[in-house]
Amino acid sequence: MYPDNYRYTKEHEWVHVEAGAGTVGITDHAQHELGDIVYVELPKLGAKVEQGKAFAVVESVKAASDIYAPVTGEVIAINEALTNAPETLNADPHVGGWIAKIKLSVPEEVDRLLSPSDYQAYLGAE
Amino acid sequence: MSEGIKKVRQQPSQNEDLLFEISSPGKAGYQLPPLDVPSVDPRAALGAGNTRDAIDDFPEVSEVDVIRHFTRLSTWNYAIDLGLYPLGSCTMKYNPRINEAAARVEGMAWPHPYQPDSLSQGAMEVMAELERCLNAITGMDAVTLQPAAGAHGEFAGILLIRAYLESKGNPRKKILIPDSAHGTNPATAHMAGYQVENIASNSRGMVDTEILMKAVDDDVAALMVTNPNTLGVFEEHIADVAKILHDKGALLYMDGANMNALVGVSRPGDFGVDVMHLNLHKTFSTPHGGGGPGSGPVAVKKILEPFLPAPRLKRVGDKWEWNYNLPDAVGRVRAFYGNFGVLVRALAYIMAHGGDGLKRATLDAVLNANYLRKRLEKHYQIAYNEPSMHECVFSDDIQKKLGADTGNIAKRLIDYGFHPYTVSFPLIVHGALMIEPTETESKRELDLFADALISIAEEIEENVEFVKQSPHSTRTSKVDEVGAARKPVVRWKR
Repeated sequence: MYPDNYRYTKEHEWVHVEAGAGTVGITDHAQHELGDIVYVELPKLGAKVEQGKAFAVVESVKAASDIYAPVTGEVIAINEALTNAPETLNADPHVGGWIAKIKLSVPEEVDRLLSPSDYQAYLGAE
Repeated sequence: MSEGIKKVRQQPSQNEDLLFEISSPGKAGYQLPPLDVPSVDPRAALGAGNTRDAIDDFPEVSEVDVIRHFTRLSTWNYAIDLGLYPLGSCTMKYNPRINEAAARVEGMAWPHPYQPDSLSQGAMEVMAELERCLNAITGMDAVTLQPAAGAHGEFAGILLIRAYLESKGNPRKKILIPDSAHGTNPATAHMAGYQVENIASNSRGMVDTEILMKAVDDDVAALMVTNPNTLGVFEEHIADVAKILHDKGALLYMDGANMNALVGVSRPGDFGVDVMHLNLHKTFSTPHGGGGPGSGPVAVKKILEPFLPAPRLKRVGDKWEWNYNLPDAVGRVRAFYGNFGVLVRALAYIMAHGGDGLKRATLDAVLNANYLRKRLEKHYQIAYNEPSMHECVFSDDIQKKLGADTGNIAKRLIDYGFHPYTVSFPLIVHGALMIEPTETESKRELDLFADALISIAEEIEENVEFVKQSPHSTRTSKVDEVGAARKPVVRWKR
């Protein structure tokens, strides 16, 4: 369910780091809690984002929620396909539903994020 | 008629054609006399770019077509005049007809905002008296009646805070907002140029004073709190909350959405609030929904009074005047003096009740919410086990295990003839059912509502699919909310 090579936040985002850049999205738990997602506000290319600060918004039939950046850095790619197909976030949150790629400026931040087993333990306790 | 009744049109309670569909070429709702002046080519008079010949598919219908169409549609509405309207945090109380009688008195219904003050003394007296009453009810020092709605009042209130702090040399950067707040609070703070910081509630559903203490620093302009909060729980430590803010030079803003639990019993001005708004369309029985219009007066302590929007009422001798000479005022927040007709209705409500009557209404509102809570808590999970004020909040935990959520329960409630409660809010409660009956309801109506919800809980145990497919008795059954949000069709096409 939760890929081994991803890291997770308590706010239910994931990040997959490869070659100095992190692909980020929301977790399966998050999409399930939000319900049917109807709109995604993507960050702008080149935007500087900060770990723990809101950088995107998703809106479901229930609520609009800020998405917090799991890592600090610069947005180098965004998943524009989500604009016309926000349901991808529900159907495929960990792969097709990626939101943005962030070039890490503080790589050691990733070490402070949750491992898949820690995240699942956190979900169990929540 | 052995073949049975032949249907030539749908019964009025069934579906309704659009005006576009009943349109017939050449029909009109007006008849003009023949032109008795030379006709003018509009293209020559206005310029070709400013004219058009025809609007495609513009409905051509008669007056009676339009009246029947909208009258039929109006019968589809649910309204407080039909039954309990339990939307939590909305205070959907009955609109007494005495309010309407007062608002229709000629001098109240027809004054023009530009008529001279000498001809407006009665209307000005109504506003002055309402300001006085609202001060007495809230324990504040001064009121502006200008804001036209609750969120508008919030915005005006935060502008006052900004103006006050600026006068002290630093407007500061942040506004703190508890995680149980109405969504309008962060929106207001953001619009007024502040950063928003969330304050987590404690296990009792209240502002956590320890977290607050750590969060309040010299950058914090104010905390926006709703009391009782959206869980229907009174913030027990509100005086401590005020002190924590005041010690750091920050202010306490109160969202008065839930004031129906306090009127005549507890005054925000006495527990440390510096500025607050009231919703006359909630607490003071003026029409709510259906366009209102609303009214969101803002009440402040003395320190903020110089910044209130101009003009303000001023007593000069035995006459009222409008005072525009207010150099520190934040400026107008609305044309003229607010939604005057709504102000008349609110004053009528206050005067018809008197102080004792208002207190009694508050106690009855709290009693009604607690009666519903008591009847329902064996069947639904109460969200926080604190005393309920004017509303009670359940979660769908019990029903969720059987496959039905708060949205399904709300839809099924429609089959029982009730407007649903507030669904999935506040966000800190999982699958919330937020129920506010107000003092309007009799025991009989409360029992009908409780019986309906209890019956739905039983249906979920017996046949959850049936509940999930509801509503069954309405013109349209489950609508595709997701499809409507993802691929909205906002224009009719033939």
